[in-house]
Amino acid sequence: MSRNRRELPEINAGSMADIAFLLLIFFLVTTTMDVDSGISRKLPPMPEENIETPEIHKKNIFVVLINKNNKILSGIGSPTSMVEINGDGSISSSLKENIKIFVSNNGLNLNSSESPEKAIVSLQNQEGTSYNMYIQVQNELTKAYNELRNEKSNIDYGKDFNKLDVEEQKIIKKFYPMKVSEAETKAN
Amino acid sequence: MSKFKKGGGKGMPAISTASLPDIVFMLLFFFMVTTVMRETTLKVEVSQPEATEVKKMEKKSLVSYIYIGSPTINQQSIFGTKARIQLNDVTFSRKEVSEIQNFIIAERLSKDEDEIPYMTTSIKADQNVTMGIVTDVKTELRKVDALKINYSTKKPKEDN
Repeated sequence: MSRNRRELPEINAGSMADIAFLLLIFFLVTTTMDVDSGISRKLPPMPEENIETPEIHKKNIFVVLINKNNKILSGIGSPTSMVEINGDGSISSSLKENIKIFVSNNGLNLNSSESPEKAIVSLQNQEGTSYNMYIQVQNELTKAYNELRNEKSNIDYGKDFNKLDVEEQKIIKKFYPMKVSEAETKAN
Repeated sequence: MSKFKKGGGKGMPAISTASLPDIVFMLLFFFMVTTVMRETTLKVEVSQPEATEVKKMEKKSLVSYIYIGSPTINQQSIFGTKARIQLNDVTFSRKEVSEIQNFIIAERLSKDEDEIPYMTTSIKADQNVTMGIVTDVKTELRKVDALKINYSTKKPKEDN
């Protein structure tokens, strides 16, 4: 710029905007803004042969059974009590509360889990169970654990779980490990 | 005040639109980056169940999708209304569920070896399918050791 050049004729950039708009509209139309989200789970590996399944004490298992009529039964050790379903089709929050009480029992009640680490939620479903109900139960389950972790992190760190850094989250997750066992679907 | 009056004597100067393309390009890049183009056309009807405790999917390139649902209307003449599994562009009946193994293996071959442990399988199932078919799919996934899964859901509507 310091040298005195002869001025070049300016290229007309007026139509640039039009071209950019055209592209913009194309992407606007093709864009799908929905973010993929869902409930993440890890499946157990296929059982190897000749390996005995470890014995788990009955009181450490909370069974949730969804039968083919989409009725939910739950209970410690065996599914004994029926979980109500609200008028709008959502599951009564008692399931979540029961799971929370069960997991955070810490041996207090002798008929319930010994520690959060040993507590296992066993989710059973049947051939005719609807996927929608299954996801709703999974959702309640996740909610129970999320709330427990949140409570723990509020006591330990004074803030919500999702505001903690990765290391702190790991500690909490180790304290409340989510152990969900899914038995094979029963035939009827 | 007099300072301003001096310059603008005759009419309004034209506003420079030279920066307009820049603004539009900025928007353009935003949409280009956020755009996800659907690669497969759905041949099964999938209306996902609702859930609140969801996690966002990370690393889209490492996700393989399995769709489960009843065939769309124009497919029903060929396949009936029974729930089918769609992998890429092909649908399979429940009896052919073992095709999932080939699908996962093919997906793995297209990725770098060090990325394989991070691969996730997203199960996009219709809320009306039964667990029988979903469990079959899960068993096949376990057989090929594709253990990270995600049940795809949608956000519930606001009126709670």
